Amino acid sequence: MQDFSNAFGLAASLIFSADADLIEIIALSLRVSVSAVVLAALIGFPLGALTAVAHFPGRQTLTVTLNALMGLPPVVVGLLVYMALSRAGPLGWMGLLYSPTAMIIAQTILVAPIIAALSRQVIEDIHKEYDEQFRSLCIPAHRVMTALIWDSRYSLLTVMLAGFGRAIAEVGAVIIVGGNIDHLTRVMTTAIALETSKGDLALALALGFVLLILALSVNAAVYSLRASARRLSYA
Amino acid sequence: MKSRTRLAALLTLLSLFGDSHAVADSIIVQSTTSTANSGLYDYLLPLFKKDTGITVNVVAVGTGQAIKNARNCDGDVLLVHAKSAEQKFVVDGYGVSRHDLMYNDFVFVGPPTDSARIAGGRSAIDALSKISTHKARFASRGDNSGTHKKEMALWKKSAIDPTSASGSWYLETGSGMGATLNAAVGSGAYTMTDRATWISFKNKQDYSIQVEGDSELFNQYGIIMVNPEKCGQVNQAAARQFVDWMLSAKGQDAIAAYRLNGQQLFFPNAN
Repeated sequence: MQDFSNAFGLAASLIFSADADLIEIIALSLRVSVSAVVLAALIGFPLGALTAVAHFPGRQTLTVTLNALMGLPPVVVGLLVYMALSRAGPLGWMGLLYSPTAMIIAQTILVAPIIAALSRQVIEDIHKEYDEQFRSLCIPAHRVMTALIWDSRYSLLTVMLAGFGRAIAEVGAVIIVGGNIDHLTRVMTTAIALETSKGDLALALALGFVLLILALSVNAAVYSLRASARRLSYA
Repeated sequence: MKSRTRLAALLTLLSLFGDSHAVADSIIVQSTTSTANSGLYDYLLPLFKKDTGITVNVVAVGTGQAIKNARNCDGDVLLVHAKSAEQKFVVDGYGVSRHDLMYNDFVFVGPPTDSARIAGGRSAIDALSKISTHKARFASRGDNSGTHKKEMALWKKSAIDPTSASGSWYLETGSGMGATLNAAVGSGAYTMTDRATWISFKNKQDYSIQVEGDSELFNQYGIIMVNPEKCGQVNQAAARQFVDWMLSAKGQDAIAAYRLNGQQLFFPNAN
């Protein structure tokens, strides 16, 4: 497997030569996936807190549904978003297909259930500790929810990382709604798929290494951010 | 804390709607993969942009999917290789008119062991008969692409129905040409590919062209502007300019001038 050893060298030279195309692709990957995760968090945290704290009919069904939707197949989400955004589809007039926005929408749909389901678990667990206290003080549900989200913010950061992992690694949805257009919608995963289809396995694998390093850097950055924030808050 | 959340939300919205739209003077070409994977567009499109200032965004998928996408109006120009499907596209009112653009040919590639002994032959029908008699592995696109349609037409001419052996020696990958070549090379199967994809393919290992030169293996590419009467959002002016440029002497010369590894991949034949 000469390709394998070639790939290491290629990955290193790609990174150190600061290849302009590669930087563009990395930047778009980050922009799409980070935007999707932030949007998904804006949807997922309140939804998770609601299912953790509030009592309403259908709560268990919602919980099970959210858990099941964590396994949404990216290609199905891609297809649904394509059908909605296609010029022949209901939202076609917006002209969003084959744009980074379309990719953000698709990844948000993929990631939101993961963030909602995991944050529900996190918030439910700490809610058990405070439940009696909250009730004795007659604190309204929405205040309880915001307090719990704030209190579990470090754990929720990890939840966001799980969502980011899903977003940055998926190819099925973005390749359908983005179209893998050079200099417009090409991201790391679609570039890897393209090079594989060209039979350039060494370059494809090298891009795979770069993607791994990217994911590692994001995780390391969040980890150190979290550590210093903690230090500050206890200082 | 509240103002910070609001700011974050605002920033996200900005990043969402900021520069996500394609530039105003741009078109989307729904294309077959061979023209993209072989680097033809990387060569042609900068020349076209220099002449006209128009950005061409290429969505490279199989011919079947490209036509489907264009039928949904998700493109301004269609560039594929399946003449009868292209003509139907125009007859159904989705295309303005179809023009021959360029051609090359299909070839059969296989491993050096050549268990069906097709190497050196010139007849595609003959090769397929031998492959089926020997039950030699054959990887098919199976994705309704131009190459797949051509392959199925050849099977029909040889009066063999390979799909009854699907999953045994006849392998339908249901994916693009590159993925199918990877599958063939990885499993010792024969396959049929357009010459441009084969020449630019980098994972050939010990595979080589074994059957070529049959007139049945002719591969015609066509170009069609999507009909603005069906699809109101078509960028008419730019799409027409692109089609005209590709068919013009300048575009045709540029197609002929494109070389990969010293070989000409596409032969212009617009009339």
